[in-house]
Amino acid sequence: MASTAEKYKSDGSLAGNALEWFDARFPAMTLYKEHLSEYYAPKNFNFWYFFGSLALLVLVNQIVTGIFLVMHYKPDAALNASGVPVAFASVEYIMRDVPLGWIIRYMHSTGASAFFVVVYLHMFRGMLYGSYRKPRELIWLFGIGIFLCLMAEAFFGYLLPWGQMSFWGAQVIVNLFSAIPLIGPDLSVFIRGDFVVSDATLNRFFSFHVIAIPLVLLGLVAAHLIALHEVGSNNPDGVEIKKHKNEKGIPLDGIPFHPYYTLKDMVGVVVFLAVFAVVICFMPEFGGYFLEWNNFIPADPLKTPPHIAPVWYFTPFYSLLRAVTYPLLGIDAKFWGVVAMGGGVVIMALLPWLDRSPVKSIRYRGKVYKTMLSIWVVSFLILGFLGTKPPSYTFFGVIPGAPVAQILSVFYFMYFITMPWWSKSDKCKPEPERVTG
Amino acid sequence: MKKLLVALLFAPLLALASGEELHLDKAPDRSNDQAALQNGAKLFVNYCLGCHSASYMRYNRLKDIGLSEQQIKDNLLFTADKTGELMRIGMQREDAKVWFGAAPPDLTVIARARASEFGTGPDWLYTYLRGFYRDTSRPSGWNNTVFANVGMPHALWELQGVQELGDEHKLTLVKPGKLKPEEYDAAVADLVGFLKYMGEPMSELRKTLGWIVLAALAVLFVFTYALKREYWKDVH
Amino acid sequence: MSCDEKVDCGRRRLLVATAAAGGVAGVAAAVPFLASMAPSERAKSAGAPVEADISKLAPGQMMTIEWRGKPVWIIHRTPEMLESLKTTDPLVSDPKSERKQQPEYAQNEYRSIKPEYMVVVGICTHLGCSPSEKFKTGAESGVTPDWAGGFLCPCHGSTFDLAGRVYKSKPAPDNLEVPPHMYLGDAKILIGEDKKG
Repeated sequence: MASTAEKYKSDGSLAGNALEWFDARFPAMTLYKEHLSEYYAPKNFNFWYFFGSLALLVLVNQIVTGIFLVMHYKPDAALNASGVPVAFASVEYIMRDVPLGWIIRYMHSTGASAFFVVVYLHMFRGMLYGSYRKPRELIWLFGIGIFLCLMAEAFFGYLLPWGQMSFWGAQVIVNLFSAIPLIGPDLSVFIRGDFVVSDATLNRFFSFHVIAIPLVLLGLVAAHLIALHEVGSNNPDGVEIKKHKNEKGIPLDGIPFHPYYTLKDMVGVVVFLAVFAVVICFMPEFGGYFLEWNNFIPADPLKTPPHIAPVWYFTPFYSLLRAVTYPLLGIDAKFWGVVAMGGGVVIMALLPWLDRSPVKSIRYRGKVYKTMLSIWVVSFLILGFLGTKPPSYTFFGVIPGAPVAQILSVFYFMYFITMPWWSKSDKCKPEPERVTG
Repeated sequence: MKKLLVALLFAPLLALASGEELHLDKAPDRSNDQAALQNGAKLFVNYCLGCHSASYMRYNRLKDIGLSEQQIKDNLLFTADKTGELMRIGMQREDAKVWFGAAPPDLTVIARARASEFGTGPDWLYTYLRGFYRDTSRPSGWNNTVFANVGMPHALWELQGVQELGDEHKLTLVKPGKLKPEEYDAAVADLVGFLKYMGEPMSELRKTLGWIVLAALAVLFVFTYALKREYWKDVH
Repeated sequence: MSCDEKVDCGRRRLLVATAAAGGVAGVAAAVPFLASMAPSERAKSAGAPVEADISKLAPGQMMTIEWRGKPVWIIHRTPEMLESLKTTDPLVSDPKSERKQQPEYAQNEYRSIKPEYMVVVGICTHLGCSPSEKFKTGAESGVTPDWAGGFLCPCHGSTFDLAGRVYKSKPAPDNLEVPPHMYLGDAKILIGEDKKG
């Protein structure tokens, strides 16, 4: 990256001199111009465009609160003098004995759920406006990578409080790996470091959650933003603003990210923080979805809770897993369920190549696309809802949930698999040349 | 189309849970009644702490509910020497498992753990503590309408008296205790109120903080929004 | 750059106001994080005052009791030991305990509330080793031929008299610390708390 901006020249003040010294040795001005004051973003960003910066905010929140939690948390499954696992007791220690520790704990637990709310909405924006289309396929792929890392991070982190849900959720998910033919059972033992989820598992999950995955996440987020800045943002109209530039080479429909979007995103941050504060201060458990009730019972390897469900943000994919009930090719349904769950995430990565529509944004797509996407969203939500319930669940006491989940799971995949055909043939409206707002 | 989509989004919320129903009575709210919470603390220390630890709770935290250090030392300090210590008990878990079938769980966060789709944790506890009845088929001689075949005997039987389970799951008091039924219910409500407080001692503080934070964010919103509008005037 | 255009002025004021409001919010947000690093209730409980039973402590004897993870010595001083303090007066660097190593009630010639009991933290003020007891006087002690009795720190050779005062020209800069303490009757000393609270 050649330094095209001129080096900063001091205005004579102390600060100016310091900045000139620094800029001569570090591309400060170049970076500032390229990525903030002269990075042109479309002027028609709407509500859906807040969630990227909010995701970054939540990431910072998780890291900072995480740093302070680790000062007091102990990843030890052994029982203390009162017969309670040390890890579980250390969380209550943070809640009660550490000055204002409860604030930090709630910020971290609410932040984890908030992260998924924000990321799901952020991804949905991509689906609405075709933000994954060429030339932004790589941004989308890095994003899918971030999503996978986020799921892993949440999974590893959830074991740490060492409650009943933590323990049994981890037990079930790690056991899924035993379904892989040939290497499965050994792989499960290797992941756990033991024959059942135990102190060994807790300590390595602690390492993954605190260091390994956060480092990978930070790298992927950096790559995600660098790839974005290389091609520039999409917008709700799906038109490329770089197609129409003025004599200075500035896109006609573009505005500098700083100050316009730094200020606008600040407003978004304030609104988000208000919702965040309402949850933390008035409903930190969020009806048992953000802090599950069963997790206030210390892990007991000898007593399985009557109903194990993953945390709400995993439930749509959990439903996909449970939908597979038949063996195939001589391999257990258990294995194919795992394939379905993983496939449910991975297939989203293929969107840039499955979508053959001549237009990017939903605003100019035809009825077929709108219908298909609507049904897909409803399927996703219902699959998520069913994932929180036991397999025996029935709607209104009449309609059994399991077959519904199976039908919706099929639709979930069909949406992607058949997309190349219906996206191409769908009658769309003409895309405008310039953004419409 | 949009309307249909929105309607469908709410469909899952209309679905009712099917499966084992549990009817729970609503626990009276004692959150702001310090006298009731102190009574609850007294009941807890006298009737529960013998078998159940509250090992994340420090005795001196009870200053929250209006007790002085001296009052705690004189009336409640049963299992420790100093008020700064935790409410631990001497009974070993292995022994307890042998004696009762299951080790009595630690009760510090029981009010949070017992929440379910049928009611809050306090609702469960309130119904549970009033739901014991005589059952000679059980080793302890007691059973419970909320927690079938529970290993715990009716620790509060002297106060409530003895109940028996009749037809249609109805409980009737066959032998009165030291307290009249309404008095017993009130005492249990105090105890449950204390358990709720002990589960999350800072709950009132966090609500107060919530209002302050919202007010501060409202002020911040006015400023940031005005600033945004001011700069965006230049964008057309 | 003076504020002359109407738009510019208004904008700058709004910017400053928002930045100030944001700054206040930022400081407020930092409070729980910084507070969480202060001693927790568990640390404070472990650091609670300790009672020492001195009823069996014979004259000339020393007992050690743990307070806040540190050794606290209680020495039942004999009249000879108290006399020796006069001879060590010219040998110690802070004979009048002018440096703040003790509460006011211990800022006297015996550095204690009652002359016959000395209460000090048994940690050398140099780098934290625990000095050894050297109550035997004279050449027998192995310290110096005219040793009056006191303590010798094995790490770097600092010496202290029987009031915990540090000898001159030694690595340790200060007298041994006298912790806050009070008498609960004649047989008990409460270490870690005094009448001031």
